Amino acid sequence: MLQFPAWKMTLVVVICLIGTVYAVPNFLKTEINENWPNFAPGKRVSLGLDLQGGSYLLLRVDLDVVIKEYLEEISTDVRKKLRKARIGYSKLGSTETSVSVKIRKKEDFPASKDLLTNVDLKSDVEFDSNGFVKITPRDEALEERKLLALQQSIEIVRRRIDETGVREPTIQRQGTDRILVQLPGVDDPDRIKALLGQTAKMVFRLVDLSKSVNEAVATRVPSGSELLAPLVESASEPSLYLVKKRVMVSGEHLIDAQATFQDGQPVVSFRFDTNGSKRFGKVTSENVNRPFAIILDNKVISAPVIREPILGGSGIISGSFTVKTANDLALLLRAGALPAPLTVLEERTVGPGLGFDSIEAGKLASIIGLCLVIIFMVVAYGLFGIFANLALFFNIVIILGALSALQATLTLPGIAGIVLTIGMAVDANVLIFERIREEVLLGRTPISAIDAGYKRALTTIIDSNLTTLFAAICLYSFGSGPIKGFAVTLAIGILTSMFTSIMLTRFLIVLWLRGKRPSSLPI
Amino acid sequence: MLKPIRFVPAGTNIRFVNKRGFAFTLSAIILLASVFCLTSLGLNFGIDFRGGILMEIRSSNAVNIPQIRDRLSTLGLGEVTIQEFGKETDALVRIQRQDGAEKEQMAAINKVKDRLGSEFEYRRTEFVGPTVGKELKEAGIIAICLALLSILIYIWLRFEWQFSLGAIAALSHDIVSTVGLFALLQYEFNLATVAAILTIAGYSINDTVVVYDRVRENLRKYRQLELSEVFNMSINETLSRTTMTSVTTLLALFSIFFFGGAVLADFALAMIWGVCIGTYSSIFIAVPILLYVKLKRGDGDQSGLQAPEDER
Repeated sequence: MLQFPAWKMTLVVVICLIGTVYAVPNFLKTEINENWPNFAPGKRVSLGLDLQGGSYLLLRVDLDVVIKEYLEEISTDVRKKLRKARIGYSKLGSTETSVSVKIRKKEDFPASKDLLTNVDLKSDVEFDSNGFVKITPRDEALEERKLLALQQSIEIVRRRIDETGVREPTIQRQGTDRILVQLPGVDDPDRIKALLGQTAKMVFRLVDLSKSVNEAVATRVPSGSELLAPLVESASEPSLYLVKKRVMVSGEHLIDAQATFQDGQPVVSFRFDTNGSKRFGKVTSENVNRPFAIILDNKVISAPVIREPILGGSGIISGSFTVKTANDLALLLRAGALPAPLTVLEERTVGPGLGFDSIEAGKLASIIGLCLVIIFMVVAYGLFGIFANLALFFNIVIILGALSALQATLTLPGIAGIVLTIGMAVDANVLIFERIREEVLLGRTPISAIDAGYKRALTTIIDSNLTTLFAAICLYSFGSGPIKGFAVTLAIGILTSMFTSIMLTRFLIVLWLRGKRPSSLPI
Repeated sequence: MLKPIRFVPAGTNIRFVNKRGFAFTLSAIILLASVFCLTSLGLNFGIDFRGGILMEIRSSNAVNIPQIRDRLSTLGLGEVTIQEFGKETDALVRIQRQDGAEKEQMAAINKVKDRLGSEFEYRRTEFVGPTVGKELKEAGIIAICLALLSILIYIWLRFEWQFSLGAIAALSHDIVSTVGLFALLQYEFNLATVAAILTIAGYSINDTVVVYDRVRENLRKYRQLELSEVFNMSINETLSRTTMTSVTTLLALFSIFFFGGAVLADFALAMIWGVCIGTYSSIFIAVPILLYVKLKRGDGDQSGLQAPEDER
């Protein structure tokens, strides 16, 4: 009798059962699925954005800005320290990687050395005999800053997206300077892109009244001030503002912001934390009747005149808002500022209509492909074809079960992978059956022909499937989103088809042989 | 009882290897034509590799392509191509990469949406920036090379090195001619195409390995037989399997091509070609090439290294 130990039989049955249990939730109606007992696996295959509709955004964080800011911090510290010690200096400036300054007088060299050696603990400081000082942040300090900025950016992106009410967004870090955002169900990501496109750094600065804007344009902008454009250009607002560079209060101190109405106009109300309230109160007390500018990302929202000291720590920003822009500004202020600007490197958005059509087309193609292969196998191998078809059926069930259990994402190319697997999965059975035919022709008895057929086909099956698996692995490591989905279904399909077409068909054939004890094989 | 039909009768003996002159000439022509198409026509890279914008739009009745073209031509977006896609209500709009950074690309998407307005359903919007496009191109090339290399090494370990030469020759033949076909037809070459090429590589090598396995087995079994005879015998013995598997795979692929939707149709077409060329190359290229690579055989080498292992 053909060898097939009881433990192997049990294993085959158990694996098929497990596969079925995991695959079943995919075929149930949602209501039934929700009432599915807790002990049974209830997860369905998770659909990729190309099937359920949604938006995929790959963002880059401009980390050069972070490094630039770091160097600026160092040079501000250098300036402060040297001024405080009344040491004359010149040529304070920064390159892409370091800050340098020249100490004027030779007698100040030792003092400045003491001052600047520890200006930044994570930088190397070099002094030369001519009084030049070079401060270079170490690589690990740069990396640390970049990593922090990236993590902060991810957090802010998450908060902003959460505020918009998108369900189950995925926000992941990718590489050293990228953020991958997946937004299921979003078919018009314009608003989100607009929200992510702003760093939303808000600051309050005083307007420079020493010159008029026209004078400053015509002659010279006073040092310590700069000209800034308004956020929204309109006839009622000036086209430029002359604003002092010094930041009075910054947006970091904001704890809340809401869009409301004042005199029928949309405005944004805000509230500072304790520190911010104190500073805001002090600044407004000292500058009553002077205008101060509310600045977002270096653009002036508005520049109202301070009528009275604002001591409660809350206030209102008015400007040329619509309800939508007021809402968006409030959202941005609540979520906080990005440490660096973001750019969209890649976008893929699929509308729900196309996603639905793709699923339907995929189902249709799978069913037709499956039927064609099933018919063909029966025509070519008769009863043995039916065995192979049962294996094929369980193969698909196990693939679905594996996809559900692993929570791998099924994409449109992934469906193509399954259909292709349907075609290729029978290959192992074809190899076995052809080998059995040859053995039968050589005059073997049914049992020994089947045994030899399986034995001899095995190495070929393993060789050929492993090489295809290599291609699938390369595909997985290369691909993005949808293509990865293809590689995953292809790889799972190769593995499961090896199991079903070798073990399961053998199981079925052994059952048949034991029941029927045929004198010749119908193959 | 169901009576099975044998599509390739037992005892079929086609002298494939003897027709190698014809096959090699044909393949040389295909390869030369591929290289010619590649150099003269070039590949029609999709936005995945070139960067740019792709939008799939649907209108309630048949799309009027010339009218859309007119409306978009005044936007100053450079090269804009519009083609029907799958159905007569659907169209694909491709916009070349805009000068400038990613911001300009985003602006272009909005311009198109503003100009076309809400009478269209925007079924799909894809934008790939120049940075990502370049990376995807490199990653694609690396993936194909890695796949070839890992297959080469595997065959080398499982067979003798001569076999891995033949396998890689057949595989490269399939890949070059597939890429050549894309150049000739000017079909869009995108991420899905690379996926198709890698799958073709997997399929083709699968086919080759099956024949090689039989060649190796027969070389041990029939030591006195002439090489070309052993090869012919091996090909014929596996011919039934080769055709059966090609047919089932093609059945699945044709059902994707006809019913799987427009997005997958190009992928399916590439695969259909790949299955045909892969089957051809394992029979007509991979095996005959073994005649020229100094295959070691037991009868020439009596040192005992290759102990007889007739399994019967």
